Amino acid sequence: MISILKALWTVFVHLFKRKVTVLYPEEKPYIPPRWRGRIILARDPDGGERCVACHLCAIACPVDCISLQATEDEYGRRYPEFFRINFSRCIFCGYCEEACPTYAIQLTTDFEMSEYNRRNLVYEKEDLLISGTGKYPGYNFYKVAGLSIKGKDKGEAENELPPVDVKGLMP
Amino acid sequence: MNETLKYLLIVFGVLGVMMSIAAGLIWVERRLLGLWQDRYGPNRVGPMGVLQPLADVIKILAKEDWVPPFADKPVFMLAPAIIVITVLLSFAVVPFTPGIAVANLNIGLLYFLAMSSLGVYSVALGGWSSGNKYALIGALRASAQMISYEVFMGLSIMGVVMLSGSFNLHEIVEAQKRLWFIVPQFLGFVVFFIAGVAETHRLPFDLPEAESELVAGFHSEYSGMKFGLFFVGEYLGITLISMLITTLFFGGWLGPVLPPVVWFFIKTFFFIGFFILLRAALPRPRYDQLIRTGWKLMLPLALLNIVVTGGVILAAR
Repeated sequence: MISILKALWTVFVHLFKRKVTVLYPEEKPYIPPRWRGRIILARDPDGGERCVACHLCAIACPVDCISLQATEDEYGRRYPEFFRINFSRCIFCGYCEEACPTYAIQLTTDFEMSEYNRRNLVYEKEDLLISGTGKYPGYNFYKVAGLSIKGKDKGEAENELPPVDVKGLMP
Repeated sequence: MNETLKYLLIVFGVLGVMMSIAAGLIWVERRLLGLWQDRYGPNRVGPMGVLQPLADVIKILAKEDWVPPFADKPVFMLAPAIIVITVLLSFAVVPFTPGIAVANLNIGLLYFLAMSSLGVYSVALGGWSSGNKYALIGALRASAQMISYEVFMGLSIMGVVMLSGSFNLHEIVEAQKRLWFIVPQFLGFVVFFIAGVAETHRLPFDLPEAESELVAGFHSEYSGMKFGLFFVGEYLGITLISMLITTLFFGGWLGPVLPPVVWFFIKTFFFIGFFILLRAALPRPRYDQLIRTGWKLMLPLALLNIVVTGGVILAAR
């Protein structure tokens, strides 16, 4: 009997306690920087697209929500002709980001992606591309890769030695 | 003519006020439960969320009115109406102020007990006609619980009747002019309150609809507005029991300065709040504990109350 009255009093006192609810739209919660939210495509420091259309993200994706088509520009640089992510399928696992060899595809802290129309959840390349470098500033794939494109031959990349003459006898 | 109009106004006024209180209690209960659980509860629709019941009603009316194919259709449809009708009929005898009461019945208290007994039919028939074993178990529990708690609910208010010498609720309030009956009839109040909680099968005595064991008990198969009617009946029941506690033990409309109606509703809402606090704080007892408490503790207490009150009245004469 006494314990029942005590329980009633304890609960009643909670009327005046601070509430734990975060009133969301007015009060934004703290989002950790490594949050896996909306996917973006980053650019080089020079402004070119980082994506080289290697399809690794599409292969890594467990729900097959990424689809893209590779093509080449006149410099011999590969880039995606279209790049499409269906966010109504995406499970935000981040495997695409792990698979990406060029830091192009990245997950961000944005999670407010609600739509009234389900079709609007299919993001095209224009929707995905951002103007900055995202989480990895100063990285430019074609400047460090030993791949020859127009205007940059083998051995001309940063920290790259000239190619070895495999037929020579000198060490 | 004028007299008729006045009575019509009272009848429809009471009906309207009761229905809006029952709807408003949805918001009050959710809000209070939220606050007691360190949350806010519904606070988006309208100022402080007071329009939440409106949104709920629109939603529930727009739902499909579905009757399961294995249910006994006519009884299934009838059951939710019974509880609302019986509880609404009970409000006829509640004296809000000296002037405002639908019927000044000389056996008002007996009439209330009769109506609340009829309410068992709703639960029993609803559970039986659903054709579902959980619903049936819930209905059986509800019947046993309501019948056994009915016994000493009636006995617990006999002390009040003895002191005031009347079954008329109006005269019972008048008899409390000098001293509210909560003082001489404290035991009767405690027993009546517990019986009232069990009668409306509210937590902690919500065994007929114990979610953890019986899905939703007797209304497992109900949806849409038919389920809504059970809910309205429950909230009306809370209001009715609170009003009767006010009338029988806390001097009804009596009180200084403020107008009688205001006093009546202040006291009523205090007890409604207490009902919700019970729900927020207490766990549900086991079924055998509930019945054992009823017959082995509450019934003797009610009888003791009658004997002592009768003895004191005889000695004072």
